[in-house]
Amino acid sequence: MLEQIFQFLVTGITVGSIYALVGLGFALIYNASDVVNFAQGEFVMLGAMNAIALLAAGLPLPLAAIAAVLLTTLVGLLLERFAIEPAKGASVVTTIIITIGAAIFLRGVASLLWGKNSLPLPAFSGNEPIDLGGATLLPQSLWILGGTVVLVALVNAFLNRTLLGKALLACSFNRAAAQLAGINVQVMLRLAYGLSAGLGAIAGILVAPITFSSYEAGIMLGLKGFSAAIVGGIGNPMGAVAGGLLLGVLEALGAGLISSGYKDAIAFIFVLMVLFFEPTGLFSHKAAERV
Amino acid sequence: MRLTGFFIFAASVVLLPVLFPDNYFVTVVGIAAGLHVILAVGLNLLMGYAGQISLGHAAFFGMGAYASAILTTRFSWPSLLAMLAGLWVAGTIAWLLARPILRLRGHYLAMATLGFGIIIHVILVQAAHWTGGPDGLGEIPPLNLLGWTVDGDQQWYGVIAAAMLLSIWLSLNIVDSRIGRALRAVRGSEFAAQMMGIDATRAKTQIFVVSALFAACAGSLFAHQQAFVSPDSFSLMISVELVTMVVLGGMASTFGAACGAIALTLLHEGLVVFEDYEMLIHGALLMAVMIFLPQGLFAGVSQGVRRGWALIASRQRHKG
Repeated sequence: MLEQIFQFLVTGITVGSIYALVGLGFALIYNASDVVNFAQGEFVMLGAMNAIALLAAGLPLPLAAIAAVLLTTLVGLLLERFAIEPAKGASVVTTIIITIGAAIFLRGVASLLWGKNSLPLPAFSGNEPIDLGGATLLPQSLWILGGTVVLVALVNAFLNRTLLGKALLACSFNRAAAQLAGINVQVMLRLAYGLSAGLGAIAGILVAPITFSSYEAGIMLGLKGFSAAIVGGIGNPMGAVAGGLLLGVLEALGAGLISSGYKDAIAFIFVLMVLFFEPTGLFSHKAAERV
Repeated sequence: MRLTGFFIFAASVVLLPVLFPDNYFVTVVGIAAGLHVILAVGLNLLMGYAGQISLGHAAFFGMGAYASAILTTRFSWPSLLAMLAGLWVAGTIAWLLARPILRLRGHYLAMATLGFGIIIHVILVQAAHWTGGPDGLGEIPPLNLLGWTVDGDQQWYGVIAAAMLLSIWLSLNIVDSRIGRALRAVRGSEFAAQMMGIDATRAKTQIFVVSALFAACAGSLFAHQQAFVSPDSFSLMISVELVTMVVLGGMASTFGAACGAIALTLLHEGLVVFEDYEMLIHGALLMAVMIFLPQGLFAGVSQGVRRGWALIASRQRHKG
């Protein structure tokens, strides 16, 4: 039993890492613009599908992965330029619907380009499971965990140590004041979209060898990432990471101990509970009512 | 005078099958459009007038449909009683949910309603013992209204058209009632409304329940008309489509929501030929309407026409 729970924890942390990366992307965009980007999951899908397509076109895996991340970042920038910027100052409901529209649009493009089947990406370093005293771990899980740690550390350092990152954070506290202090808010917005698209793409490429990918793979991942951001306190990047890990572990435990079919329901019941009782998130130290 | 638009709309709904009997677009597409109108008009009460987004409205639609489906097939309940049970279930759940959920705003409300929709969808898929699981539930008996069994597309058109007109009439009246005015005040400023003595929480709860009842009623009709239900009809995408209908028509307008529902149904029908491009066009349309016509297609178009007229008129004046 204990071994089993250990195994669920390992699985949960692996999946949770992906949610954490997606949630981090949500938090970055929310910070810069107060917009929740419902197309975040599509960045994850595009990263994976681009990598799969480029690999099939003959590129070696590392090159295909880098090119896929760059391509997806470009999509993020285009989205910001042609869908978010023209609707500046629109209401929350309007921007939610715009990004949902963008998500459906990107899904449509993906299904036209790559069909509707699930496509695999080969694991980065083989499929030989590693024994961890009772629990087993795929080498790809190590890639996911390592990748998440490195990316989270990089984003954290970027936000807290570099001038550009601090400018991005300044936008989240008070955009007008940031503008007055000489920060180009427009550029920050583009930076946030580019960054979070890139992050999403990397998450997608890391997880694709385990879950495969298809045109609609981004829906659930995006929603879970959004949940992670909400659990962590929306707009709090490290809270989103913690929220993602917590969500992943809870989901894996729920799937293992209660029912695997109800896995998604368990995750969202948890999110609803957080919203009802602690709407500013579990790890938020900001003042209440950030609405 | 207030109901002029309603009578014109009602007359055209009645005239259509007389002018085009046995027309596929009237009877088959018309039935789908009618159900969508009921759903959109109900959702519009919540989104347009109360200003609360719901990305989980398909859940209430599903509750009505599955209540009818399960009770009539597995327990041989009479269809009308099953429909009432569905309304009761959806209404009760909406009432229980309203207080905690409507306290949330903006993105939090979007997430909560979305999560609720997904939870209900997962239950519909997983509780296979009751719902038939992903394969759905078939052989639902026809709707029986006090001895009259609804049969065939023509009769169904009549029933759904009647339900649709009733829902529009109800919505128009609710909007102009005490609670409708209270809601508009709340949407303007919840704080100011409360200072005027409006119980905002109560008003929002009531409209949430009403909106869920509209959806459940459409669900029951849908289940009997199709004689088959499956979870696919109540997924997240359907919730998003319902929101699209309301937004397309321009929020806070009953006829806007109705027109949005009809327009999107026709669009889907038209896009059947371009099945592969449907998602692409749907997404692009959603973005384009929200970016260029945030007031909705119809408000936007009528505004454009008015502006155009004003321009022409002023040019004429300059010439004269």
